[in-house]
Amino acid sequence: MQNWRKTHFLHLDAPLFLGICLLSSIGLVVLYSASGQNMDLMVRQLVRLFLGFGIMLILAQIRIQHLARLVPWMYLMGVLLLILVLFIGETRNGSQRWLFGFQPSEIMKLAVPLMVAWYLADKPLPPTYGRLLVATIFILIPMGLVLKQPDLGTALLIGSSGIFVLLLAGLKWRLIFSLLTLGALSAPLIWNQFLHAYQKERILTLFNPERDPLGAGYHIIQSKIAIGSGGMYGKGWLNGTQSLLQFLPERSTDFIFAVYSEEFGLLGVIILLCIYFFVLSRGLYIALEAQDTFSRLMVGSLILTFFVYIFVNMGMVSGFLPVVGVPLPLISYGGTALVTLMTGFGLIMAVHTHRRFL
Amino acid sequence: MSSTRLILKDSYRENKLFKNRVRLAWLMMLIFFVLIIGRLFFLQVLEHTTYITKSENNRIKILPLPPKRGLIYDRNGVLLADNRVSHSLVLIPEKVNNIDDVLKALSQIITIEPHDIVRFKKQIQQNRRFKAITLRQRLTEDEVARFSVQRRRFPGVDIKSNFSRYYPLGAIGVHAIGYVGRINERELKIIEQSDYIGSNYIGKTGVEKYYEKELHGKTGFQHVETNVQGRVIRILERTPPLSGKNLYLNIDIYLQKYIEEIFVEQRAAVVVIEPNSGGVLALVSMPHYDPNLFVNGIDVKSYLALRDSPERPLINRAIRGQYPPGSTIKAIVGLAGLEYGIITPQSRTWCRGWYTLKGRKHRYRDWKRVGHGSMDLYSAIEQSCDVYFYDLAHELGIDRLHSFMKRFGFGKKTGIDILGEKSGLMPSRAWKRRARGKLWYPGETLITGIGQGFMLSTPLQLAVAAATLGNRGQFKQPRVVFAIDDANINEMSVVPPTQQTTITLKHNSYWDAAINGMKAVVHGRRGTARQVAKNSSYLFAGKTGTAQVIAIKQRERYNASKIAKKFHDHAWFIAFAPLNNPRIAISVIVENGGSGSHTAAPIAKDVMDYYLLPKKPKKISPVVITDH
Repeated sequence: MQNWRKTHFLHLDAPLFLGICLLSSIGLVVLYSASGQNMDLMVRQLVRLFLGFGIMLILAQIRIQHLARLVPWMYLMGVLLLILVLFIGETRNGSQRWLFGFQPSEIMKLAVPLMVAWYLADKPLPPTYGRLLVATIFILIPMGLVLKQPDLGTALLIGSSGIFVLLLAGLKWRLIFSLLTLGALSAPLIWNQFLHAYQKERILTLFNPERDPLGAGYHIIQSKIAIGSGGMYGKGWLNGTQSLLQFLPERSTDFIFAVYSEEFGLLGVIILLCIYFFVLSRGLYIALEAQDTFSRLMVGSLILTFFVYIFVNMGMVSGFLPVVGVPLPLISYGGTALVTLMTGFGLIMAVHTHRRFL
Repeated sequence: MSSTRLILKDSYRENKLFKNRVRLAWLMMLIFFVLIIGRLFFLQVLEHTTYITKSENNRIKILPLPPKRGLIYDRNGVLLADNRVSHSLVLIPEKVNNIDDVLKALSQIITIEPHDIVRFKKQIQQNRRFKAITLRQRLTEDEVARFSVQRRRFPGVDIKSNFSRYYPLGAIGVHAIGYVGRINERELKIIEQSDYIGSNYIGKTGVEKYYEKELHGKTGFQHVETNVQGRVIRILERTPPLSGKNLYLNIDIYLQKYIEEIFVEQRAAVVVIEPNSGGVLALVSMPHYDPNLFVNGIDVKSYLALRDSPERPLINRAIRGQYPPGSTIKAIVGLAGLEYGIITPQSRTWCRGWYTLKGRKHRYRDWKRVGHGSMDLYSAIEQSCDVYFYDLAHELGIDRLHSFMKRFGFGKKTGIDILGEKSGLMPSRAWKRRARGKLWYPGETLITGIGQGFMLSTPLQLAVAAATLGNRGQFKQPRVVFAIDDANINEMSVVPPTQQTTITLKHNSYWDAAINGMKAVVHGRRGTARQVAKNSSYLFAGKTGTAQVIAIKQRERYNASKIAKKFHDHAWFIAFAPLNNPRIAISVIVENGGSGSHTAAPIAKDVMDYYLLPKKPKKISPVVITDH
C-alpha cells in the first residue's frame, strides 16, 4: 500500500534541504566575519547546526500522524513550563525568561501553531465562532504568560504563528478586518496600559533614533550606518569596518544582517532574499501538496512564521520596525532558535516525504 | 478522524479555500520582500554617501603629533633652552590583574607617595581600561634603571617618555630667555587651538614668548583607525610635525653669567648692547629666578614666595624698571644745546653751587655745594655740573628738550624683541596737561635737564642711548635674537634690526664735543668716574648718574647713613668702549646703590674688561634641576 518516493533520500526534501544548507553556510561565513574570526564561536555554532540537522533528520523519519497525537501534551508541557518560569525563572536583562538555560517560550513558537492546527484539523473549515474562540484562548494563554516575563517580541511571534493557522484555516475576511480595526482603535490603550517603558522607548526610538544616539537609538543608528555604507556591492568579506571595529552591537546575533549587508551590499541582500524566498515557496508548495488538514495548517503556519522572523529581523535591522529580539533564521548565532527552526523544518519534511500516493 | 459529525467536512471547499489563502500568503511574502529590498536600496544606494561618511567618521580619528619646540642657543652656540626627555611611570589597568599588589611591588623599587596613589586611583575611574594612566612623573635616572631591570615582573606597567622644556643654566639669562609653561585659559583664547592640540607648553615671557610662533613649530596629524572603544587599530595616514625653529641669540651667555654673578644681594639691571648691530649682548635683571620651576607648573608656595618677595625677582628691571636717568643724559642734553645753537663747545657758564630762576628765591642745588666755577660743555659733562645743565635746560625750554630726547629713544619703547617693555617718560608741556591736568613750571624744566623730576627711563633705553652716542647718531633697534634656524629646511636667517634711524646734527663735530665730555668722565683729571679707568688699556666714554629716590628738602643734605636703604639713591652708569668704533655699550643701575661713580661705574668697567680684554678660558656648566 505504501509507496515511498524514491527521490526522498532519508525522508529529506531535496530542494528544502538544499535551501537550508545554503542559508546555514552563508550564516557561518557571515558569522566568521561578525565574530571577529572567533573560532570558538564558529565551533559552537557548527555543533548546534549538526544538532539541528540531526533533529530535523530524526523528525523527518516519523509519520506526522504519530507526531500529531503528541501535540496537546507538548502544548500542555509548554504552558506548565511558562508558568514555572514565572516563579523560578532566571532573570536576565530585566526579564524573567530563562529556565535551566533555555527559554520555554521558544517551545511555544512551535507548540501554539501545532496546537491550533491540531484543534481545527478535524473540524469543518472555516471554523465556527465558538471554535475560533477556543483556538484564540489556546493562543492567548501562552501569549499572556510570555508577556508577563516580559517579552513582547516573542509574545507577538507566538501570537502571529497562531493567527496564521486561523488565517489559513479560512478565517473570514470580514472578521479579519474588524479585528484589525479593533486593534488599531485599542492601540492607544495598549500603549498606555500594557507596554513597558523600554518597549515604548524602542518604538519611539525607531521613529527618531537621534533622540537617544548613545542609548536605545545607538543600535539602529550604527546598524543603518553599516547597511548604508555597504552600498551596491559591499565592502567585501571581513572588511566591514562597522562590525570589525565593533561599532555595531549584537553583530553576531540579532544584527548579523547589518554585517551581511555591509560586507556584501545590496547585491548580496538580493541573493539572500532569493534563497529565503525559494525556501518559503518550497514550504508553501509542500503545504499545498499536504494530504490532511493538520499537515496543511501546520506547514503553512510554520512557513509564515519563518517568513515573519525574516521580515521582522530585517525590518528592525534596517530601521523600519522596532527593535525586538528576533534573530535572523539560520544566519544569526544562537542555539535555541536554531533548534526550534530545524524542528519545524523536520516536521515539514515529514509531512512531504510520508505522503501516500493512491 | 471521526466521520460521525453533525456537520461534515467539505474537503473540496476546504482545499480550495486553503489554496487561495496560501497563494495570497505567497503574494504577500513577495510584496514584503520587495519592500525590504526597497528599504535596502534606499539605504545602500540612495543614501550610500551619507552612510559611508558616517562610517568613516566612526572609524577614523585624527590624532595630533605635537612638534618639537625649537631650541635656543646663545651667540657662542651654548644651549640655553633644551627639550629634555622626562620619564613617567604608566600603568594600563586592563593589563594588570591585581592593581594593589602591583602598586605594592612597584613601591619597593620606585618612590610612590600616597598622593600619587590617590590621584592614580581617581584617574582609573575616569578613564577607559586600556588607557595608560600615569602613576609617577619625572622619574629619576636611577628609578628608570631599576624599573628597566625588573620590567618583566610588571606586565602592563611601562615607562613613557615625553619632552619637557629644560633650561640647563637655570636662572642665568632668565629675563632674556624667559620660560614656557602650561597653556592657561587666557592663552587658549588667543592661540589657534588646532595648532596647539597635543602641545603642552607655550612661551610665557622673554624670547620664549616673543618668538612663540617660530619656536612652536607646526603640529602634525595622524589619521588612525580606531575601534568603538577608541583603541588605535592601525595608522592610515601621517602628516609629520614640523619642528619649531631654533633661535640663536645675540646674548653672550658667558658675559651674561659673569654679570649676574657680580650681584650678590643687590637689585640691579645691566644691559649690554653691540652698538653697530643693536644686538643685546647681555640683559641682566637681578635678582633672577630659576625658569625650570615654571615649566611643569610651579607650586603655589614657591610662586607666592617669588611674587611677594620684596626683591621682586619676577620683574624684568632691564626693560620694565623705570628710573629717573639722572646725570647720565647730560651729554645728550648738551647735544641738544649745541643743535639748537644755545651753546657752543666753547661757551662757558659760571657754577657757584646753585642756580636760581630770575625773580625766584628757590635754589636749584648743584651736587657740589661749593660749585664748579667756570664750566664749558666738556668740563660740565666731565664733572657732571648740574648748574650748567640747569641753565642750558632753561634756555632750551621743555618742548625743545622733549623733542630732542625723543630722537634718542627716551619716552618711547625701543622695540626690543621681548614683550612687556616700558616706555619710560619724557615729559613735555602737552604731556603734563594731558596726564596731570596742570601747567608746566619753569623749575621742572631745570630738573628735567639733569634727568630728574618726571623723567623716567629704563636701563634698556639708556643702553640704547649710549650705543647711539657711540655710533654718532646711528640708532639701532635692540635685538635679543640674532638668527632663526629652520632645521626643517636647513636654512638660517639673520634677524635684522627692524628699525634703524640716523640722528643727523647740524655739525658732526657736536658728537665729538659730547663724546669727549664722556671720555673725560673716566679719563679726565676731574672726571666723576676717573678711578675706574685708572689702569684701563683702552679708551672709553662713560657717564655717571645718581637717581634720587626721595626729594631732599631745601636746607637738608643727602646723608646716606641717615636714610633707610630703600630710599638710597639709585646708582647709574652708562658707557661705550672703545672710544672709536665702539664694540660695546652698557648701562648699569644698582637700585639704592648710592652714587653712580662708586657703585655702578666699577661694575660697568669690569663688564667691559671682561668682554673686550683677552679672555680667561670659559667654562659653563649646566645646573642640576632637582625634582620639585
